[in-house]
Amino acid sequence: MSEPLPDYLTQASAVAARFAKIKERPVVLEIDHLGRQFPGEHGPVVALRDISFNVHRRELVCVIGPSGCGKSTLIRIIAGLDEPTSGRMLVDGKETSGPCPERGLVFQGYTLFPWLTVKKNVMFGLKMQGMNSDQADREARQWIDLVGLTRFADTYPAQLSGGMKQRTAIARALAANPRVLLMDEPFGALDAQTRAQMQSHLLEIWRNVDVTILFITHDLDEAIFLADRILVLKAHPGEVQEVIEVSVPRPRNLSQLNSPEFLATRRRLEELIHPRVEAHAQERLPIIRLTQVGDDVE
Amino acid sequence: MSRPRWFSVRQELTPKRSRLLGVLAFVLPLALWSLFSYIPWLWHPMVRVTDPGDVDWMRAGLLIDRHDFAKEVAAAEIAHTHAPVGFRANPIYFPAPHAVGRALYTAFTTAPVLKGDLWLHQSLWMSIQTIFWGFTLSSLVGIPLGILCGSFIAISRLTEPFVDFVRYMPAPAFGALMVAIFGIQLEPKIAIIVIGTFFQQVLVVANTVRKVDGALIEAAQTLGSKRRQLVLRVIVPASLPDLFNDTRILLGWAWTYLIVAEVVGVSSGISFFINQQAKYRNFDNVYAAIIIIGILGLTIDQILAFVGKRLFPWKNPRPSRVRAFLAKLFGILPASAEKPVQLLPQ
Repeated sequence: MSEPLPDYLTQASAVAARFAKIKERPVVLEIDHLGRQFPGEHGPVVALRDISFNVHRRELVCVIGPSGCGKSTLIRIIAGLDEPTSGRMLVDGKETSGPCPERGLVFQGYTLFPWLTVKKNVMFGLKMQGMNSDQADREARQWIDLVGLTRFADTYPAQLSGGMKQRTAIARALAANPRVLLMDEPFGALDAQTRAQMQSHLLEIWRNVDVTILFITHDLDEAIFLADRILVLKAHPGEVQEVIEVSVPRPRNLSQLNSPEFLATRRRLEELIHPRVEAHAQERLPIIRLTQVGDDVE
Repeated sequence: MSRPRWFSVRQELTPKRSRLLGVLAFVLPLALWSLFSYIPWLWHPMVRVTDPGDVDWMRAGLLIDRHDFAKEVAAAEIAHTHAPVGFRANPIYFPAPHAVGRALYTAFTTAPVLKGDLWLHQSLWMSIQTIFWGFTLSSLVGIPLGILCGSFIAISRLTEPFVDFVRYMPAPAFGALMVAIFGIQLEPKIAIIVIGTFFQQVLVVANTVRKVDGALIEAAQTLGSKRRQLVLRVIVPASLPDLFNDTRILLGWAWTYLIVAEVVGVSSGISFFINQQAKYRNFDNVYAAIIIIGILGLTIDQILAFVGKRLFPWKNPRPSRVRAFLAKLFGILPASAEKPVQLLPQ
């Protein structure tokens, strides 16, 4: 157990080969010197500065960073729901802006249409693209089967659990046939057990569908478990701190959570996101003892 | 479990208690009314004369103030004349429940006093027509305009200041004007209901539409919805249940405007009946007519509430759906949650 952790950069040959293969694939999403400023009381506040990265086809990239690093702003810009103040964004080499089904988004708050059943929710994007009802129905069923909600196709979202709602949202986004699936802390509102289940589901879905995923999270384990590469942002202003190639081999499973590669990557992420523990010393709560009980609680 | 308390903050009542209170809501006022009507020493400020005695200005059946009657009795005793006899009664504007109950029936069966006047059911039918057309016309324009105001800020900026301005003008103030424009029949009355409802409706609908969750609109945008689809496929269905409730409330306001609208031009409808009966001092009929309006309004409202529950099953799951849901929750759900994702054949 006391064996020293390997360097997080060390990759087994299979992992290295996989990354070489990924890099040969075409770039689906290219973010080019993206910046975003918000007007503030004392001049503009820089939320994102000079963000550049590429995502290759069928790659799963996680974006992680401390709160306030602008990761939600970044994904909203990529989804077209917010405008960058500088820089460009290219999908399949073509510059693009504004919301579009080629960049599907799964929100943390599910945002299912409550007046539509699961199936009708999944059909929504297909209908928007002008597909006729019969064909949309057939395709929607396929996606519902894929996320394992066959039995709930005619159920309204209000009657689903959080995990089932999020699976519906994933099916809905995938049905619109996106080039990139954007996920904004999609499992953040779920309990720990459901969350772990959903992470495995997502990997399973991703393996069987030709889709590229950009996944935002603040959960280090989630990022390592899911990602090929992790984009670490830092706050004030939001900038890319490091891009980590995750050395944990695929296929992933929960037993890898204690593997040396996993722990090494985790330690590196902790260094990047919580740089020095002393820096937080002044944030310690000034606890005053309010109890007569002895010290046996700890 | 101990018996639940009657009063605890925001706690549901048992269905039995809930029903009981609903019945009491009507029984209590009726009981109060009965007390003051049937117990002679409660209030009863008048005396109904049965025998005028030697008082020459009294007639049998006359209703006079209790104190005046007492004075006459005292005077008769002093003068050793025949004292008048009577029993305590309520003023004519306070008929007893049974009188109003009878009037609820007889008002429909009594022929109108003047030739050319309408029967009660005819008057009622006229009122219903007036309110139907007024409210329909108002809604046909008001609801779509409200939806546009709630969806597009430009339309809201262009419309709402003026609508807000007109909203503060009391609808009856337009009475004379409407008569000049539309004549004296049903049209000016419909116009007043439209004026009374329309401007409120635009603002109420716009506000409801503005409450639609912005995240739903964003989700639809990322799924490829364009402007028109956002309004028709997201904003409208998302706000429909609330719009339906708004309409129920506004319909109540329309009934209020009905009464003022009907005295414009040639008086008509249920308010004509009420005014006419008040002129003949048939106050039991007046109460009957007012109660009929209440019953009509409540019935329509309850029908709309019932229809609303059926129209928006996702908002108000029916009991059967709740049962189905519970069955799923305890029966199927644990099994399906552990079921692995089904894979597409590659």
